Amino acid sequence: MQVSALEGGFSDAPVQAARAFRAAMSAMARPGTIETVTDATPPAPLSVAAGVLALTLLDPETPVYLAGALDCPQVREWITFHTGAPIAGRSTCAFALGRWADLVPLPGYRIGTSSYPDRSATLIAEVDLLEPSGTTLSGPGIMGVSVLSLPETETIQANHAQFPLGVDFFLTCGDRLAGLPRSTKVEAL
Amino acid sequence: MYVAVKGGEKAIDAAHAWLAERRRGAKEVPELSIAQIREQMTLAVNRVMAEGSLFDPDLAALAIKQARGDLIEAVFLIRAYRTTLPRFGYTLLVETAKMDCIRRISATFKDAPGGQVLGPTFDYTHRLLDFKLAAEGSLPDAPKAEPHIGPVPHITEFLNKEDLIQQEPANDKEPRDLTREPLDLPADRALRLQSLTRGDEGFVLGMAYSTQRGYGRNHAFVGELRIGTCAVEMEIPELGFAIEIGEVELTECETVNQFTGSKTEPPQFTRGYGLVFGQTERKAISMALVDRALRWKELGEENVGAPAQDEEFVLYHADNIQATGFLEHIKLPHYVDFQSELELVRKMRAEAMGTMQEAAE
Amino acid sequence: MSDYNFAYLDEQTKRMIRRAILKGLAVPGYQVPFASREMPMPYGWGTGGVQVSAAVLVPEDVMKVIDQGADDTTNAVSIRKFFEKTAGVATTEHTRDADVIQTRHRIPEEPLREDQILVYQVPIPEPLRFLEPRETETRKMHALEEYGLMHVKLYEDISRHGAISTAYAYPVKVEGRYVMDPSPIPKFDNPKLEMAAVQLFGAGREQRIYALPPYTQVVSLDFEDFPFEASKADHACDLCGCNTSYLDEVIMDDAGGRMFVCSDTDFCRERRAAGHVGAQGAPYEEDAA
Repeated sequence: MQVSALEGGFSDAPVQAARAFRAAMSAMARPGTIETVTDATPPAPLSVAAGVLALTLLDPETPVYLAGALDCPQVREWITFHTGAPIAGRSTCAFALGRWADLVPLPGYRIGTSSYPDRSATLIAEVDLLEPSGTTLSGPGIMGVSVLSLPETETIQANHAQFPLGVDFFLTCGDRLAGLPRSTKVEAL
Repeated sequence: MYVAVKGGEKAIDAAHAWLAERRRGAKEVPELSIAQIREQMTLAVNRVMAEGSLFDPDLAALAIKQARGDLIEAVFLIRAYRTTLPRFGYTLLVETAKMDCIRRISATFKDAPGGQVLGPTFDYTHRLLDFKLAAEGSLPDAPKAEPHIGPVPHITEFLNKEDLIQQEPANDKEPRDLTREPLDLPADRALRLQSLTRGDEGFVLGMAYSTQRGYGRNHAFVGELRIGTCAVEMEIPELGFAIEIGEVELTECETVNQFTGSKTEPPQFTRGYGLVFGQTERKAISMALVDRALRWKELGEENVGAPAQDEEFVLYHADNIQATGFLEHIKLPHYVDFQSELELVRKMRAEAMGTMQEAAE
Repeated sequence: MSDYNFAYLDEQTKRMIRRAILKGLAVPGYQVPFASREMPMPYGWGTGGVQVSAAVLVPEDVMKVIDQGADDTTNAVSIRKFFEKTAGVATTEHTRDADVIQTRHRIPEEPLREDQILVYQVPIPEPLRFLEPRETETRKMHALEEYGLMHVKLYEDISRHGAISTAYAYPVKVEGRYVMDPSPIPKFDNPKLEMAAVQLFGAGREQRIYALPPYTQVVSLDFEDFPFEASKADHACDLCGCNTSYLDEVIMDDAGGRMFVCSDTDFCRERRAAGHVGAQGAPYEEDAA
C-alpha cells in the first residue's frame, strides 16, 4: 500500500514527540538498551522507528542525507512534508538515514571539531537484526558491560577511536531502536 | 522545638497580591491607561521596544504599566512574550533612504538636500523644571511648515560618490540570528549590530563614552541622524510579490570616523552605524560609536585593549535581561553553598590556630 | 496558560534542545551550545534547567523540584507551579516517586534509580571561567585538554590554606576527558555524581547543555598527597538524627544557639516518619512539619 506523503506523521506532535524523545534519549544514554516506539507510519522502506526519530529530531535547521534505497521519492516527500528538513549530501548533513550498508564507510560525515565536537552527524541506520545479544559494549551509560547485535564492529571501533570527535548512531529495526554514541567501546570480534 | 518553615506557596501568592496593590498605588488617583503611557511616555515605550526587540507600542506600554515603570522589567516581559511568537517569515530590508523623517540632522555639512530638520528634540531646551506641566492645561498647537517633498538622501552617499568614505558593499548573505542561535565568536558585524541594538542603553552609552575619552578613540562625527517611519514590506509567496504590512519608527545614525589608508589605498573616512526602534537617538549614536570601535580588526587598526574594542566583553555583557537575572539571582537561597564554605573555613581556622598554638609552645 | 504549547516551549525549540541533549550524552561532560530562549522567569533562576525539563517531560511524568535540597523553597515552589500549569504533570515531594527531578545546588540523599532523570540548574557551566574569563580561551583549553591552570589553582590553595578552598561547584573530570562543573552542589555530593540515573545540566543564560549518562566515570580533581574529601558539618541532624546527610545550619537565637537539620527535606521527613528522632526533634506527626 502506498502511504501518501501527507499521512503517517504524529497526530499530536507535542505529546508524541515528547514520548519518542524519551525513548531516544534513554537509548542514547544507555547503549545496549532497546526501546520500542509507536505513533508514526512512514512510507516503506522507512521503518517505524526511523520514521519516529525523523519526526522527533528533524526540522528545517537539520540537513538530512538519505542513503541507498531510502533516497526514494516517497521517503523524500514524507520527510520534507513532515519535518521541513532540507535534503543534503553526506558531508553537510546533520542526520543521515539509510541501511547500515548504504551509510558506511564513515569518512565524509561531519565528526565535529576539537572545539565543537557536537557539530557532528547522527546516523540513523536500519538493521535487519536488533536484539540484546552479540557484541559486548562498555563505556558511559553502561554498568559494567552490555550486549547488542551490531551490524559490524570495525567501523564502530574506528569511530570510537576518534573520541571526543565522531558520529553517533541510532540503530533501527521495525518499531525498535537502540543508541550507539561515539563514547561506547565495542569488543573486537 | 524547631519546626521547619513551610508555606512558600502561600507566601508567594500573598507577595504577588501585595505587588498588585502597590502597582495600582493610591486608589483615589485615576488609573493610567495603556493609551496614556503610549502617547505620553513615548520615549520609555521606545526604549522598551528597542531592548525588547519587538515593535508594538501598545504591548510595550502594557509592559511598562505592569512593571510599575521599571523599564528593564518591562523589557523582560516583552522578551518573554516575543520568544513565544511564531515566525511567519522575514521582511525585506527596510529602506531608510525612503524614511519619512521627523528629524534629520547632520554635524558634517551645514546643509544638504533634504535640509536640516530639528524635529521634536530636547536638544535646545533649557533643562528647567516646567511647573506648568504639574497643572493640567491645554497646549497650543505647534507651528507647521510645508512638509519636504522628495527623497532625503543619506549624507554619507555624498562622500561615497567621491570615494571619500569606505564602501559598504551590499551582500545577500543571510545574517545569523542572535535570538535563534547560541552566540558564537568571533561574531560578524551583522551579529554585533543585532546585539547592540537590543543592548542596554546605559551599557552601550557607557561603552561609547569610553571611546570618546580615549579608550579606543575613533574620532566620530555624526554624519547623519535621522528619525522617522519606514514601510515594512514582505514577500508573500502565494502572491509572488511584496506588500506593505505596516510601518515602524526608527532612529538611524551614521557616523563618519577617522580615516584609514595605506601605501596602496588612499585615505578614506570610515563609518559606524546605529539603527534602533523608535525615537531613541542617544542609543543610536552610542551604537554607532561602539560598532565603529568593534571594527578595529576589519579596518586594520590596532587593538589598544580598550573595553569597547573587546567583542567578547561587549557582546556578553550588553544584554540587560541576562545581566539583571544573574545579578539578582544572588538573592536566592544559597544556604548549601554557604554552609559548605562555612564548614571549610571553620576547619581551616581550627587547623591554623592549632599550628599557631604549637608554634607558641 | 492554556494558550501555550505542552511544556511551554514551541516544538522547534524543544527539538533544538533535544538534539543538544543527545550530543551532550554522546560526549559526556562536554558543554553543548544551544540557543537558549527567554523564559518567563529571570536568567539565573533556573531557565536552563527549566528548558531541559520542558524538553524531556512527558505528560505521564511525576515531577519533583528542589532548591537547596528542599521542596518548599520559594524558587522550587515557583518552578513546580510552572510545570503543573504548562505541562499538566503531577508533582511530588517524594524523591522515590519522581520520574524527573529538577534541582538547584543538591543531589538528593536517596540513591536515584535507572528510570529517573536529574536535571540541574547551572549558573556558570564553565569550570575554568574563574581562572580565565574569556570563552574563546576556555573553549581552546577544553579542545586541547589543557587543564594545567586548574591544577595550579587547586595547588595554590593548598600552599596558602593547607587545603583546597573550593567547597562547592568542585570540578570533576569525566571519563578521563572533560573537566566539568557539577553546578554549585556542595563537594559532599560529588561522589553521588556516578549514579544510575541520567543527569542533565542546563545553563540558560550561558546557553550550554551538558550531560552524564548513567554510571559515567566522574572523578573529583585532587592530588595524591591531598586526596579529595567529601566533607560535611560534623554533626547529626537535630530533627531525625541522621549523621550521614548534608546539613543546613539554622541560627536559633542571638546567643549563638544553633541547630543542624537535613538539607534534603524529603529525606528527613521520611526518616522521622520511620521513627528516627534527633537531639532536638519531636516524634513525627503527619503534617507537623
